[in-house]
Amino acid sequence: MSGFSPAFLSSTSNSFVEFARAVAPEALPTTAGHDLGHQVPEGTTIICFRTAAGILMAGDRRATIGSMIASHSMEKVRPADDFSVIGIAGTAGLALDLIRLYQLELEHYEKIEGARLSLAGKANRLASMLRGNLSLAMQGLSVVPLFAGVDEATPAGQIFSFDVTGGKYEEHRFHSIGSGSGYARGALKKLWQPGLEFDAAISVAVEALFDASDDDSATGGPDFVRQIAPTIFTVDLENGVVEVPSADVMSVAAEVVDRRTRKAQS
Amino acid sequence: MSQAPFYVSPEQLMKDRADFARKGIARGRSVVVLRYDEGILLLAENPSPTLHKIAEIYDRIGFAAVGKYNEFETMRQAGVRYADLRGYSYHRSDVTARGLTNAYAQTLAGVFTTESKPFEVELVVAELGLTADTDQLYRLSYDGSVMDETEHVAIGGQADAITATLKDLRTSVMPLSEVFDHGVRALAIATSGTLATKDLEAAVLDRNASGHRTFKRLSDALMVSLREDED
Repeated sequence: MSGFSPAFLSSTSNSFVEFARAVAPEALPTTAGHDLGHQVPEGTTIICFRTAAGILMAGDRRATIGSMIASHSMEKVRPADDFSVIGIAGTAGLALDLIRLYQLELEHYEKIEGARLSLAGKANRLASMLRGNLSLAMQGLSVVPLFAGVDEATPAGQIFSFDVTGGKYEEHRFHSIGSGSGYARGALKKLWQPGLEFDAAISVAVEALFDASDDDSATGGPDFVRQIAPTIFTVDLENGVVEVPSADVMSVAAEVVDRRTRKAQS
Repeated sequence: MSQAPFYVSPEQLMKDRADFARKGIARGRSVVVLRYDEGILLLAENPSPTLHKIAEIYDRIGFAAVGKYNEFETMRQAGVRYADLRGYSYHRSDVTARGLTNAYAQTLAGVFTTESKPFEVELVVAELGLTADTDQLYRLSYDGSVMDETEHVAIGGQADAITATLKDLRTSVMPLSEVFDHGVRALAIATSGTLATKDLEAAVLDRNASGHRTFKRLSDALMVSLREDED
């Protein structure tokens, strides 16, 4: 072994993606492929909205291949770093790879520069990574993320949605993505209010995801048999990213189901 | 008219380079890295709040350096790139201090023998083990030589004086506050003065950290409280 190659010792780049593309392109997700859109796992509803303290993002756990359920327990919402979360809809393999690469990109920047990227900077970085993915999206392997977080400049938080071409759009109240997003957004339009407190926010999130799973076959509802609850993360400046414990989500889900059962039978 | 080249023996050449590097390193202030019962403490005398001598490389790997800033900063960034690339290609648990230390040693040795001037730096690479007995401390010199230490390691101009003060001390069984105090005292004795907390830079690799990243900088307030515990 012979020490660091010059690329390691240069001090011009603070981007992991650029660095990896130069020294180890084989480690990065490939940007060429055939039309595989019909045989890779997809699916999802991801929702995100503002709360009294900051941001809440939640996602269902199902992945599908066509009409088959490929996974009951996929986690499609993850912390991007200590103060932001990312949720992904689309081709599962690429989506999870993109999350992993994006998490590393933020951590790498933080370590090299000794400071975190601003929230807007993080969103722009994600947009440019999506743009690099465009050729795959044209072949049916699209990935669409939802990104949200807080920083000192925007303590109330910001929500960003994206399209496959790397377009970035700020959402001001709530947003949803994925195959069940229409139903979830309909629910949020009625249920969401400014300044939702923690318990109310969890309940709204579960209701919206329940509506999505009710009408969209690619979105999974709360699974009482396997005790698999939707993933829910909250973000605020004081506590950073916090995952709501699965048991708490399950008990809220039980209440929601109970309420709806009573309504259906009355 | 060409001048006849002077003959310089390899011994003399290496000695001159070593003296040059050692002189550069001796000008700077020292850094000491000490194990404690729940982790590893990295402690430096450094009046600058932004130009760090101590840094995070990866989840369980810390970096400390003395000497010329631009040179050890290059080494630090190379280390971060190495660790992130390795962790991304394989798995986070496959990034080890030994691999990183080898890469540093090769680079330092290469620069020492082939470049016109050696790096005027000394480095410590510390890895926090999952259990205390797998902690690792490596000390790297300007010529690429590596030593591994068991309890604590000092680098910089006053390294010998610090090591003499800490001699025979088993810091790996002591709590952080006690180890912090020993470290500060050793740094202060070496510079023959007292050290204000604002002139200290400190960080820990904490075995009880909640996430995968165990590196944490200690704020001035926290350092003051650690110092008061003991005094």
